[in-house]
Amino acid sequence: AALNDGLRSQVSAALKEGRVAPTELCQRCLALIKSTKFLNAYITVAEETAMKQAEESEERYKRGQPLGILDGIPVAVKDNFNTAGIETTCASNMLKGYISPYNATVVQKLLDQGAVLLGKTNLDEFAMGSGSTDGVFGPVRNPWSYSKQYKEKSVPKSDSEESDWVITGGSSGGSAAAVSSFTCFAALGSDTGGSTRNPAAHCGVVGLKPTYGLISRHGLIPLVNSMDVPGILTRCVDDAAVLLGSLAGHDPKDSTTIQDDFEPFELPNLTDVSKLSIGIPKEYHAPGLSSEILALWSKAADLFKNAGAKVVEVSLPHTRYSIVCYHVLCTAEVASNMARFDGLEYGHRSDMKDSTESMYAATRREGFNDVVRGRILSGNYFLLKQNYEKYFVKAQKVRRLIANDFVKVFRSGVDILLTPTTLSDAAPYTEFIQEDNRTRSTQDDILTQAANMAGLPAINVPTALSERGLPVGLQFIGRSFQEKQLLTVAKWFEKQVQFPMIQLEEVKRHDSGVFQHQKSASFS
Amino acid sequence: QKVSVEVLDHLEHLALVDFRDSEGVERLHKAIQFADQLHEVNTDGVEPMDSVLEDRCLYLREDDVTEGNCTKELLENAREKVEEYFVAPPGNIPLPKLEERETFLQGS
Repeated sequence: AALNDGLRSQVSAALKEGRVAPTELCQRCLALIKSTKFLNAYITVAEETAMKQAEESEERYKRGQPLGILDGIPVAVKDNFNTAGIETTCASNMLKGYISPYNATVVQKLLDQGAVLLGKTNLDEFAMGSGSTDGVFGPVRNPWSYSKQYKEKSVPKSDSEESDWVITGGSSGGSAAAVSSFTCFAALGSDTGGSTRNPAAHCGVVGLKPTYGLISRHGLIPLVNSMDVPGILTRCVDDAAVLLGSLAGHDPKDSTTIQDDFEPFELPNLTDVSKLSIGIPKEYHAPGLSSEILALWSKAADLFKNAGAKVVEVSLPHTRYSIVCYHVLCTAEVASNMARFDGLEYGHRSDMKDSTESMYAATRREGFNDVVRGRILSGNYFLLKQNYEKYFVKAQKVRRLIANDFVKVFRSGVDILLTPTTLSDAAPYTEFIQEDNRTRSTQDDILTQAANMAGLPAINVPTALSERGLPVGLQFIGRSFQEKQLLTVAKWFEKQVQFPMIQLEEVKRHDSGVFQHQKSASFS
Repeated sequence: QKVSVEVLDHLEHLALVDFRDSEGVERLHKAIQFADQLHEVNTDGVEPMDSVLEDRCLYLREDDVTEGNCTKELLENAREKVEEYFVAPPGNIPLPKLEERETFLQGS
């Protein structure tokens, strides 16, 4: 088995049939993590525990009793999920050295099914950002910066190759980079405004944001309680369905998970799309959308039309307010959620001893970066008595209007919405940091945020390479809790576009050649 | 429209986080300006939305103790503790007033 295999289609079978051992797979992933260290995708690599998990998995396979399809599969988890015994930092000084006493529910579920946890991935501090550039461990580099495809198209701006690299997008950039560079078969991210789909688009991987309430947030360090969801990053849609199947379902420890029974599903191979109605929301032709992506979006719509699906233009009139609305609701919830970090029970603690409050203030002064502090202060402003109605409640009302826009469209007979995921391909790091975090987030979240506002499931499917040789993805948004339909359509689309595999240079790839990989014809 | 120094000071007290410099204050001003766009939207007769799951009943489990007894694990991450107590510096001491503090806000 090769590291770039599809989980379900190839690696799991290889493990079951004994063609590859879990320990071997784990070792190869760990070695690849080492050789791709320059990507800075991982904050913590849990070598010892991963090998131990791999050994236990191997025992189970030897006895012919694997726990399931995920047994022995190396995975990575974004560093804002609590992992027992492994440092959880949220890429912040506030939690440096924090070793959680418990596993987040989703982490526990992965471990219970025998997955091998390789480590914790890098992110923007406390998941605030859209570049994975603002964490204390430094920025994450997009693996495509080192691809043949990008290098062929780029004119080096300087002598040093070092300055030409592009960002992963964020905030789950580490997870996206980890999956994209083959160091793991799947990774967990989180998605509050697009934090899983955005880096998925820039790194050429599948990024799924499930319906709010489907997957437990217990143990996911919260940003916005009413919008956060764990996100799933994989190299193909089938794998995303596997992960979803193992993670979804009611959790008594998270009262915002719905109580309906969840049935894991296998995705059918859709051949007939004539009964599908695809909606194209015109407001997603947002200012700043690159002509390239606009063309791809249009081409995708035609693809569905030519295959017999009904493709209609629809309107989500309040789209342009979703970012403003998010800005207020997010900062307000952040102001509340970040209040727990006071140095007393866990995390960084200042040496200040004058009083409780001065200790808290000093701890937070030392522990949070500008972005986090800025959002806390803004949030507190919007929550002041004199501002509460004017901003917070107002934003909640606008939220309802945004959610209703979707309800109306889905009620009119549309099954799935097709939109771009990002405004352009990944920007070079040097260019990205010219603008401040809030401005960037405002611009970059515009196409992804509304789905969080309405709690709907959405997925990024890598579609084609841009003129610069970088991945571009398109987004599908579905009805609440209709992940099966959403993923089925996404899988059909994935098959049509045949997104090319990344050709990483400078990185020793472990290709045993047992499995051939189709060199896919590109979409564009 | 600038936010008064009193409000800025009040925010620092509420948030227990500092603006640090004029950039921090500018950031707030920009955030407010940005948020003001909300007022373009007509929300007459619209109810605020707390949660997308508002049509469902929140799950309440039975009031049975199912886990706990993890004092040791919970204390492990605290820097200062005595026996089974988290130790804090003395409380009920208000933060110094604006005039008494060394803060960049004084200059404003």
